[in-house]
Amino acid sequence: MSAARLGVPKTYKLYIGGKFVRSESGRVYEVPTKKGGPLLNTVNAAKGSRKDARDAVTAARGAVSGWAGTSGYNRGQVLYRIAEVLDGRRAQFADEIAASEGVSAAAATAQVDEAIDLWVWYAGWADKYVQVAGNANPVSGPYFNLSTPEPTGVVAVIAPQGAGSLLGFVRAVAPVLVSGNTVVVIGNERAPLAALSLGEVLATSDVPAGVVNILSGSPAEIAPWLASHADVNALDLLGAEHLDWVDLQITAAETLKRVLPPETGPDAGAPSIDRITFFTETKTVWHTKGLI
Amino acid sequence: METTATGSTAIAPASRALEVIGGDLTEKALKRYLEGIAGVDAVGLEARAASLGTRSIKTTSKAWALDKIISLIDLTTLEGADTPGKVRSLVAKALVPDADDLSTPRVAAVCVYGDMVPHAVEALGRAHDADAAGRINVAAVATAFPSGRASRSVKLSDTADAVAAGADEIDMVIDRGAFLSGRYGLVFDEIVAVKEACRRADGSYAHLKVILETGELNTYDNIRRASWLSILAGGDFIKTSTGKVAPAATLPVTLSMLEVVRDWHRLTGEKIGVKPAGGIRTSKDAIKYLVTVAETVGEDWLQPDLFRFGASSLLNDVLLQRQKLTSGSYSGPAYVTID
Repeated sequence: MSAARLGVPKTYKLYIGGKFVRSESGRVYEVPTKKGGPLLNTVNAAKGSRKDARDAVTAARGAVSGWAGTSGYNRGQVLYRIAEVLDGRRAQFADEIAASEGVSAAAATAQVDEAIDLWVWYAGWADKYVQVAGNANPVSGPYFNLSTPEPTGVVAVIAPQGAGSLLGFVRAVAPVLVSGNTVVVIGNERAPLAALSLGEVLATSDVPAGVVNILSGSPAEIAPWLASHADVNALDLLGAEHLDWVDLQITAAETLKRVLPPETGPDAGAPSIDRITFFTETKTVWHTKGLI
Repeated sequence: METTATGSTAIAPASRALEVIGGDLTEKALKRYLEGIAGVDAVGLEARAASLGTRSIKTTSKAWALDKIISLIDLTTLEGADTPGKVRSLVAKALVPDADDLSTPRVAAVCVYGDMVPHAVEALGRAHDADAAGRINVAAVATAFPSGRASRSVKLSDTADAVAAGADEIDMVIDRGAFLSGRYGLVFDEIVAVKEACRRADGSYAHLKVILETGELNTYDNIRRASWLSILAGGDFIKTSTGKVAPAATLPVTLSMLEVVRDWHRLTGEKIGVKPAGGIRTSKDAIKYLVTVAETVGEDWLQPDLFRFGASSLLNDVLLQRQKLTSGSYSGPAYVTID
């Protein structure tokens, strides 16, 4: 056997509606990678366009009723399954992180492990957050008055753009999924590989098609279209600190979206139940205590 | 042959066939004529349809196309669960497709089952008057739609009922079983008889659309023959499908029917309408049809008297595209009605 086997470099594509597609615009961009790192070839990723974002929103809207309709217990199992499948592919993700972020193999592996643990943490909340955020309200009458959080719908997310490309991505996306929202997410522009590969994990973890839609490319180009899109219900600007995010907020207000502002520093998007409950709507029902 | 019109007994609407085929209009002559029509080059047809579908229609052309599509729509509800209330809301949408933008044109017609015609006429009110600006027609499906499996007398009274109730257009289905077993005379007679049943008390005729149900005809050759047969028998429109059989309207099928219409126009100078129905759900698809019509028979045909879309969900998609063009940002299904 010859030692010089020709490698099979991966085409990094968008993940929309459960399918791995090239950008409709046909564009790609070169992802900067560390010379001599685990990925020897030049790597290109698809450069998503506004029409890819539009298609992603359509896919996400179509997936809302199914994903929101599953029980919290079931959603938790699916999110836990993501952690299981991701755990089996730690080496690949560590390689991609090391190559595109220029960090050591040990640091990359540590980041993957933290991301896996974070999926498990959020998976646990899926059948518990309602008990914490919901309430039985005291009312002056013979009624039960119950408030429960329900998913908002389609959430557009701008993933963190700095270091920690996989962990930042999971910190942004996982909490939105817990309550049953579907997501259109713009990944890390400089280091999109881990997020695009995470699409492969999601596709094989019983996450229904369209629940998570991953775009790579320029957030500055795509974000305004998502902010103004009338069929997007909420906007998480977590990684938008370098964009004109005030303008995005103003645009989003036109269609009454919920908007989370950017966060910076290593604790940006740190695990929190608030990130779950922010993307919910409170439903209150009255029910008679009894008819005598 | 028992009933096919001959020179002496021909019913008026069969006059086209008499002129083209000749005085001796027997089943044998009809069969010889239809089977003498050249076959369809299926590969060429599909390639032509595919190439017509690649045109890029943008900005002002797209705005024009979207308004044109709306004005060509037969807004349709053909469900067993239809109620007078459902028909009233359909009519309301036909009159004002987008309440947020009153510059949106009205659709061409509403298409309902025969028993719903009175409700549609009543709901349309003055918009159904003969001289009304932005008049909306009422089309009724008849002849035991969608299967067409009923006796001749049932089909005829189905048609006459709808016309008496005020339907302007009748969408009839052909007997596909008879057509596929080669009994062209039977199909021909039925169309002639239904056309006669479309006659109103004042002697005018309701427009007759003949549904070929192309999804059941299997080959492009059959579709071409059925198109000729329908035109010869007196159809004003030829329509692809009921919408109840898959595949419904496709671009190659519609193209082949348009080619027959073009040939008929060359032969006689008479303009026959075409209506693709079923399966056209997006503006993008509908624009491909507009391009195909303009390139095959000419832009003359892009008017409600000669081209229609049979559709229900298409209108919402066109409205969303229209809102996108007006506002500059993407709209969503929450901004159009739930039908």
